[in-house]
Amino acid sequence: MRSVTWSEFVITRLIKTAGYSAILFIGLIFIFLLREGAPTLLEVPLRSLISGRWYPIEGYFGLLPLIGGSLVVTLGAAMIAIPFGLGTAIYIAEIAPRWARELLKPLIELLGGLPSVMLGFLGILVLTSWVRTTLDLPTGLTAFTGALLLGGIAIPTIVSVAEDALDAVPRSYREAGLALGATNWQTIWRVTLPAARSGVLTAIMLGLGRAIGETMAVMMVTGNAPVVPTGLGALFHPARTMTATIAAEMGEVANGSVHYHVLFLIGIVLFLISLAVNLTASSLVFRERKRAERILS
Amino acid sequence: MHPPLRAQLALLLTAVVVAGCGGPSANGNQPTAAPSTTIENKGSDTMVNLALAWAEAYQASHPAVRISVTGGGSGTGLAALINGTLDIANASRRIKPEEQSEAQANGVDPVELVVARDAIAVIVNPNNPVDHLTIDQLSDIYSGKIGNWAEVGGEDGPIVRLSRETNSGTHVYFLEEVVRRGDGQDVTLFAPETLLLPSSEGISAEIRQNPNAIGYDGLGYVTPDLKVVAVAREASGPFELPSAETVGAGRYPLSRDLYMYTNGKQAGETAAYQQWILGRDAQAIVTGLGFVPLAP
Repeated sequence: MRSVTWSEFVITRLIKTAGYSAILFIGLIFIFLLREGAPTLLEVPLRSLISGRWYPIEGYFGLLPLIGGSLVVTLGAAMIAIPFGLGTAIYIAEIAPRWARELLKPLIELLGGLPSVMLGFLGILVLTSWVRTTLDLPTGLTAFTGALLLGGIAIPTIVSVAEDALDAVPRSYREAGLALGATNWQTIWRVTLPAARSGVLTAIMLGLGRAIGETMAVMMVTGNAPVVPTGLGALFHPARTMTATIAAEMGEVANGSVHYHVLFLIGIVLFLISLAVNLTASSLVFRERKRAERILS
Repeated sequence: MHPPLRAQLALLLTAVVVAGCGGPSANGNQPTAAPSTTIENKGSDTMVNLALAWAEAYQASHPAVRISVTGGGSGTGLAALINGTLDIANASRRIKPEEQSEAQANGVDPVELVVARDAIAVIVNPNNPVDHLTIDQLSDIYSGKIGNWAEVGGEDGPIVRLSRETNSGTHVYFLEEVVRRGDGQDVTLFAPETLLLPSSEGISAEIRQNPNAIGYDGLGYVTPDLKVVAVAREASGPFELPSAETVGAGRYPLSRDLYMYTNGKQAGETAAYQQWILGRDAQAIVTGLGFVPLAP
């Protein structure tokens, strides 16, 4: 009897520690970033940080081109990945015959396991020249090329998670919809998809989270020119993302130099952006769930 | 996922055990066969092929020495030397005053050795009719004053400027000697639209397929399917193509020394290796790879 409570005590403690350790790690990472990045605010005037020129070896530390570049590439990737990813998930979960489903799901999950550097190779050798000749651009190394690749990287995650969410919607919902005389499409759009909304939203956030944090593939195909984007046209010009900047320049900087601190500040900005995205997503999911609970009760 | 991982671990353990058992007896039989010294060599991507070829040739004749060569950029190599994790740093540029003072702060004393020379070739797509440019034209192109090939004698079309990343010694050389025309007071910068590519291969891949592109790289990296542009200081010429001969005679304007940095004056294996590099065998390798050997 005593031994059972003892082992239970240990197991509970272990699980508790595992749960809290995630919070601890995030906290430690943020403190580390803050410690290394905060000195920037004393060393570089704010006016210089929000300027449009990034040329660190001569002391130009304008962050706007990098933040803009990341936003353009990620938004472009979202515009590609969300419709394609959701479409594929809906097809697999709702429409495809059994054999197609058994074939497609593992294949797409395999695609998700491809190292992104390999996609970068494909991008630099095939995609860039295709983008340049098809769209008649001066160069194929553009934000759009990066967005295409990132879209490709995000799609497997979106499909896999969204398909699971759609699959979890009880059969009775669909049957009720069809029994009321709705067509198959109306049932999918008005019943199944809203019922799976929180899972689908999570899928999109996970996919885009992978996209904004992706480094290697983007560095290889976006051209890395630090230009401040000024409109939709920026999608078809070269862009430099925050992740590519950190990856390309971290190896070279001297520990404790101004450039080193600015790179950590970029890390903080990246951290805050993904935090904001996650908070928005979870608050949307939460609000949705509360409304659903009200209706049910 | 788990069984293969466990299998790998088991394999790894077996390998360690086998190595542990086999090591001493092999040593007992042939005491000279096992490498006794390892030289860590890192830095300039321009020099990485050259450094590899040297290391291979040297290890073939000196089996007791193991040389490990990696790239990463001149700045990367020097940073590792300053942090004390490296024996020899390769650099395609001189050490900067900031790096020098940082090294001193870390108790490292960088000693410089010129090991070869390199020409910077300006390259375009083979379908581009432009075949000669002056330094002034190159400066105007890269600083953004010239944006169309028609302005430098080519066909109408936008100029796509390609450059290495800012941690590359080649980037710094090109900024100082071409964009700023060798004028220390000049503060001209690369146009923001300049594409910064992380590798030499990235530059050649883009130029190979894009007729609008212009780029620069060490002569050793130029493949026959790229077109090299002749360069002159003055508009009146003479326009010269980079080669061992034009660089050796001082006629090609864009050439530089390649360096190796060590911590203090080295003795022992590292010194012997550096001595060998300055010798005839090693300098013959330099020529074979498209670099320019030191004057004998």
